[in-house]
Amino acid sequence: MNTADQYVKAIYLLQEMENGPAATGALADMMDVSPASANEMIGKLESRGLAEHEKYKGVTLTDEGIIRARDALQTYCIIERFLSNVLDVEEFRAEARELEPVIDDMIAGRLDTIVDRNSECPDCFDPETDACQYLDVCGAEAETETEAAD
Amino acid sequence: MSVGYQVTSDHQLARLLQIGIVLEEVVEARAYHHHEELDEEELDEEIRDLLSHAAEESAEHRERLERIIDRLDVESVPFEEIEALVEAQYGQTKPEDFDGVLYDQLCNEETAYKFYDDVIEAIEASDAQFTIDREELVATLAAIRDEEAEGVEKVTQIMEERE
Repeated sequence: MNTADQYVKAIYLLQEMENGPAATGALADMMDVSPASANEMIGKLESRGLAEHEKYKGVTLTDEGIIRARDALQTYCIIERFLSNVLDVEEFRAEARELEPVIDDMIAGRLDTIVDRNSECPDCFDPETDACQYLDVCGAEAETETEAAD
Repeated sequence: MSVGYQVTSDHQLARLLQIGIVLEEVVEARAYHHHEELDEEELDEEIRDLLSHAAEESAEHRERLERIIDRLDVESVPFEEIEALVEAQYGQTKPEDFDGVLYDQLCNEETAYKFYDDVIEAIEASDAQFTIDREELVATLAAIRDEEAEGVEKVTQIMEERE
């Protein structure tokens, strides 16, 4: 997934959480970059017709930006699900963030053939926990079981 | 791939190679099932040869990747489970005709090529020291990538001849 796609995904998730424009500072925090870098990328996204920036309010995705963001989010969900369900990686969220830049939609498409993704995807993605809600439910259940066993 | 992406540890490298192994498993399983399930009339000798070569090559690539992972300072993953999972998935699929088979093979080879190319770029962009010698690592991955490129050319050639 390229850098622009990672940004539109982050803006999309912030918009979902805030139910409004994504603040530049929050975007910089989510992307772990400086506000200046986030601003620079917002300018690039605007010039590509993917986002609109309003001073003091924040950045909002255009319809085309939303489509790109949802595709990127699906790719991200595939990576998380693949790590969690196929490779049995406990820290799948942290590793998905690491792997996100190197797994493009073509590779994700192949990985998707062996993961059982929910038909709601990417609407089942929970921005608060940074994971598909179904994966989270599984994790919560597993933790509860472990605690019960202890 | 994102500009500036770097592989910085044995762990990260192993994870990427594991993904490579799964992609190879997918190629192998699909080629095998296409070969097994389509009628003799639908698959002529040229396509049968292509599929059996693809399956053999993927198995060989997978083994080369596994040998690299074995030498890295990481915990291994039981690949028998992954093999069973991929097998279960492809036991149920069947392409409609040889056009579908060729297109599928082309996607497989292109995806694998792109993947190895990205991984090599990410290794070369990093200064990290891996347990395995960097030159040897890149040379192995580059050899696999080149074989994928040959595969793309071969499938493209067959597709063009049949147009």
